[in-house]
Amino acid sequence: MKILVPVKRVIDYNVKPRVKADGSGVDLANVKMSMNPFDEIAVEEAIRLKEAGAAEEVIAVSIGPAKAQETLRTALAMGADRAILVETDAEVEPLAVAKILKAIAEAEEPGIVMLGKQAIDDDSNQTGQMLAALMGRPQGTFASKVEIDGDHVSVTREVDGGLETVKLALPAIVTTDLRLNEPRYASLPNIMKAKKKPLDTKTPDDFGVDVTPRLKTTHVGEPPVRQAGEIVPDVDTLVAKLKAMGVA
Amino acid sequence: MTALVLAELSDGAVAPATLSAVTAATQLGGPVHVLVAGAQGAADEAAKIAGVEKVLHAGDAAYADMLAENVAPLVAGLMDGYDAFLAPATTTGKNVAPRVAALLDVMQVSDILSVEGPKSFTRPIYAGNAIATVESSDAKLVITVRTTAFDKAGAEGGMASVEAVSGPGDAGISTFVGLEAVKSDRPELTSAGTIVSGGRALKDGETFQQLITPLADKLGAAIGASRAAVDAGYVPNDYQVGQTGKIVAPELYVAIGISGAIQHLAGMKDSKVIVAINKDPDAPIFQVADLGLVADLFEAVPELTSKL
Ligand SMILES: Cc1cc2nc3c(=O)[nH]c(=O)nc-3n(C[C@@H](O)[C@H](O)[C@H](O)COP(=O)(O)OP(=O)(O)OC[C@H]3O[C@@H](n4cnc5c(N)ncnc54)[C@H](O)[C@@H]3O)c2cc1C
Ligand SMILES: Cc1cc2nc3c(=O)[nH]c(=O)nc-3n(C[C@H](O)[C@H](O)[C@H](O)COP(=O)(O)OP(=O)(O)OC[C@H]3O[C@@H](n4cnc5c(N)ncnc54)[C@H](O)[C@@H]3O)c2cc1C
Repeated sequence: MKILVPVKRVIDYNVKPRVKADGSGVDLANVKMSMNPFDEIAVEEAIRLKEAGAAEEVIAVSIGPAKAQETLRTALAMGADRAILVETDAEVEPLAVAKILKAIAEAEEPGIVMLGKQAIDDDSNQTGQMLAALMGRPQGTFASKVEIDGDHVSVTREVDGGLETVKLALPAIVTTDLRLNEPRYASLPNIMKAKKKPLDTKTPDDFGVDVTPRLKTTHVGEPPVRQAGEIVPDVDTLVAKLKAMGVA
Repeated sequence: MTALVLAELSDGAVAPATLSAVTAATQLGGPVHVLVAGAQGAADEAAKIAGVEKVLHAGDAAYADMLAENVAPLVAGLMDGYDAFLAPATTTGKNVAPRVAALLDVMQVSDILSVEGPKSFTRPIYAGNAIATVESSDAKLVITVRTTAFDKAGAEGGMASVEAVSGPGDAGISTFVGLEAVKSDRPELTSAGTIVSGGRALKDGETFQQLITPLADKLGAAIGASRAAVDAGYVPNDYQVGQTGKIVAPELYVAIGISGAIQHLAGMKDSKVIVAINKDPDAPIFQVADLGLVADLFEAVPELTSKL
């Protein structure tokens, strides 16, 4: 079985994003970019499945600018076998990403497509579900446990009410939540080795996918700022203030 | 413009998140219908929601567990008669709605904060560090609604008709195995008026219980946690507040031993009053707190509990 892992290049999660003064977006010039944290978890899970003998090959794919190669090299250094870059400078929405991934999945026939549950820049939380719909395959979203069992996969999902388990017929789509695993760091030798692993470059046109956005971002602004309040000297003052505010 | 809202059910009853989604749907300006996939009782309950014109009831057992593989084709099949589909941005809504959107070849607008025009909405991006205004060019809208951003429609007062609907049924590719629910008598996190949350500083599960529970009891509060506290196993996953946990906006949010990472703030900074107890005066949580107490929580929390 192959596992396909889509990885996205996003702002590093430690960086505080700054909104551009002209309202056109978030300033990404000279900002540290990294692999979306949920996608690192997806890569890790795929590699673990391979190490456990449940998968033979892990293929990382990214849709984005030429620099997304770096993100793919990170996936290769972690242990993915080969990579596909679908190069475009356009902002590709989840629906179009899902269409491209569908075309790749039809060619590669992976048993599992393992995505992050959301990308920390656009926070859409859509791509995996859309891919599953387009392919008519089951989806195990927000996974905290993935167990392959013959021609099925059991996925434990982090839901509002607790932990839900579903059993899905393979091939299936899985999206990762934070507690699925702790991704490894790539070792230096593996980073060197990753440079020699195959990386194919394609374009959205190769898959006949129209990436014209359906949503237009008309403005990007700052959220309302919350003013810092006061520091109280002791518990008694805190209690008095809470009572005065009518909240305790 | 007629809108269809997916009802969120909890233990077979209509959950409050549904009421916020109905309000968002009402703001689109046309009639609002609600789809209940589940028991008849929930459909009758939904028929009483103020402002709802019609309830569609899908009673087929294939929909009872809200499996997206079964529910999405049901919704997509109903959408001929609708211009918009809305679901609350709960884990159920987030699981089902994008699957509906793709079946309709529509780009979903996730987690809306406001309705700005017939096809224009605001939504948070970058963990709420920026707010984007987006306009859809699709023929139909598929939307998830951030429930804390919309008032709840009245649970009573409506007199909608209830109509039975059916769809393709079981797609045969997924089965529900079980739900490991954390039973608690406390208010539910996303609808609680007061929340007491604990962070990594609480040391372990036992200490968390010993310090946080009595304070929450005193305040009649729900209990939340930072990711670090959940990762360390102090409390179950459904306690997590933040970008990737639950989004809350109670009247009072008490953050204890939580540093205030942007991912945590993303989930609670719209709370009415924020109280922070932290021993580090430079902790970022103080930048959003209305009342801050720089103190060792192991002393301050028991004292606070006893004095309330
Ligand atoms: C400054 C700025 C402006 C933008 N403006 C717009 C705009 O006007 N309109 C608009 O629609 N979008 C805009 N975007 C965002 C757009 O390009 C999103 O990246 C895209 O919509 C995907 O959303 P998401 O990553 O949140 O998807 P999610 O559904 O949250 O992603 C889930 C998972 O899907 C996979 N995935 C997603 N994208 C990719 C990818 N490219 N390659 C490989 N795997 C992927 C990953 O596994 C990821 O974890 C903008 C982004 C920025 C930074
Ligand atoms: C992709 C991604 C998503 C994330 N999503 C979330 C999310 O949804 N929710 C979330 O919470 N986090 C999330 N995080 C994690 C987040 O970045 C922080 O790591 C986390 O919130 C830290 O938890 P904490 O404040 O409990 O721990 P810490 O940052 O370790 O803070 C502990 C605090 O306790 C204080 N303290 C220590 N001892 C005492 C004492 N005796 N008395 C008083 N104060 C004391 C310290 O001064 C410190 O400020 C996410 C991270 C990533 C990368």
